Amino acid sequence: MSAHAPAAAKGAFERRRSRSWSKFKRSPSAMLGAAIVVFFVLVAVFAPLIVGFDPAQVSFTAIRKAPSAMHWFGTDELGRDILSRMVYGARASLLAGMCSVLIALGVGVPFGLLAGYFGGLVDGCISRATEALLSIPFLILAIALAAFLGPSLVNAMIAIGVSAAPLFIRLARGQVLAIKNEDYVQSTRSLGASNTRIILRHILPNVMPALIVQATIMIASAIIAEASLSFLGLGLQPPNPSWGSMLNTAKNFMTQAPWMSIFPGSAIFLVVFGFNLLGDGLRDALDPRQEH
Amino acid sequence: MLKLILRRVIVAIPTLILVSIVIFGLQKILPGDPVLAMAGEERDPAVLDFLREKYRLNDPLPVQYVAWIKEVGQGNLGVSLRTDIPVTTLVSQKLPVTIQLAIMAMFFAILVGIPLGILAAVRKGTRVEFGANLFALSGMSIPNFWLGIILIMIVSVQFRLLPASGYVPPGRDFWLSMKTMLMPALVLSTAIAAYLMRHTRSAMLEALSADYVRTARAKGASERIVVLRHALRNALMPIVTLVTILFGELLAGAVLTEQIFGIPGFGKLLVDAVFNRDYAVVQGVVLCIAVGFIVLTLLADVLYILINPRLRYS
Repeated sequence: MSAHAPAAAKGAFERRRSRSWSKFKRSPSAMLGAAIVVFFVLVAVFAPLIVGFDPAQVSFTAIRKAPSAMHWFGTDELGRDILSRMVYGARASLLAGMCSVLIALGVGVPFGLLAGYFGGLVDGCISRATEALLSIPFLILAIALAAFLGPSLVNAMIAIGVSAAPLFIRLARGQVLAIKNEDYVQSTRSLGASNTRIILRHILPNVMPALIVQATIMIASAIIAEASLSFLGLGLQPPNPSWGSMLNTAKNFMTQAPWMSIFPGSAIFLVVFGFNLLGDGLRDALDPRQEH
Repeated sequence: MLKLILRRVIVAIPTLILVSIVIFGLQKILPGDPVLAMAGEERDPAVLDFLREKYRLNDPLPVQYVAWIKEVGQGNLGVSLRTDIPVTTLVSQKLPVTIQLAIMAMFFAILVGIPLGILAAVRKGTRVEFGANLFALSGMSIPNFWLGIILIMIVSVQFRLLPASGYVPPGRDFWLSMKTMLMPALVLSTAIAAYLMRHTRSAMLEALSADYVRTARAKGASERIVVLRHALRNALMPIVTLVTILFGELLAGAVLTEQIFGIPGFGKLLVDAVFNRDYAVVQGVVLCIAVGFIVLTLLADVLYILINPRLRYS
């Protein structure tokens, strides 16, 4: 093997990456999705700098006030500023969305890689267990887990992450099966590379694009799932603000204070829409095989 | 063909067993000693021992599991800790309500999703496709429970067109039952309609680029015939499977929809049980949903074998 080979391979990799990036940049919907996501991330990170009110500040003189110059999105049943609560709620939603997907990746990818790479009995066991978990609908499993673990944001993340893990097991397994007999994997093996090295250095990087795409779309589902759990009272506990729990209170004041429902719900919709757009854009750019 | 179906049925058995183990395991991750919770204020060791013995908590886990699964096999899912009503009774009361909701939602989803998917594929690259894609993406992104709240505010509160909540069995007053279920079913159908649209679109795109479609066109068949008879018939096959499987998703979505519209169905049973810490009911409901889902996927696969001529004659 000549000394140029790694450099050439690196060049090809860079080329592929820049091609993906330019494809991504040219898609207006992908860029819109990215912009929405970046906007919400910035809001969540700089929450204390943005809001003019303490999100937990109760004010009995300002109960259920309609949107005004002072309270842009109005106030809730305890006179708290809805905009401030939404800005802080963005933290809970994004954190839950990202952490639960990280949990799902952390649990799912190793099992998927093992099942796909080793096949046989290992694959049989992992695949049957995956099928069993997949036969409980995602949200039902998350609700059941959250119920048994007890209501809190961390438990909601664990419940959502564990419920989503089987999807990543199945995805990673399928991807490995598709590439494990490719020439470059076979030749690395014939050079005497260990299984660990083949999996980590050669298979994982090639599985990455599909995982990134699925993870982005999964964040969207996880944010809805967290909002659903909080809406049911199984997520972040009051008085801490989360979009789902704000909607839970808001539904009792539908007629008197519609703004209490309109704004937090729009925020969930917009951020989920953003992640879905971004995911679709990434899929077109990174992983054209999976076109929908 | 029979062999193929039989093999598919056999594969479902280990899945069923594993799922029951998972659901059995749920109660074991409960923090704290269940006996202390059951005994309440009582701390008498004799009582605690009696309870442990009664619920077989002293036995090793596999023995407990076998005892539990035997009961389940006989149709005994345990008794609600709150109401003392057998879980099986609760399930059989609530299930028809949710099935009505799910069937109506699926009806709307098919009515909107499949034609929109065909349209998007046929009019690829036009505004029609853009609109259909936007609709699908919005349908996937909108939280069910929020859409429910907004619709109640507009339709029920503002214009007083439909009842905001409640349930009327179709046997008592069919039209009123449909009327009360209309809004919840529409809300529940959005995400499913979006999935159906996306899958129909991609299946149609694939079918439209297939050789047999080119042959049909070359023979001079009209565009209508090509799209509906040649492409759609092939594209619909995976969609039939998808529709069956999506029923499971509808059950999950029904949890929130029923909560918003105050429908006394399966989902509400689950949520109420979660809040009452009625773990026997939670376990029973999740088990029923999982078994239902496994049976549905099995049916979907069998249906696929039956409608696919290539498999039918194999």
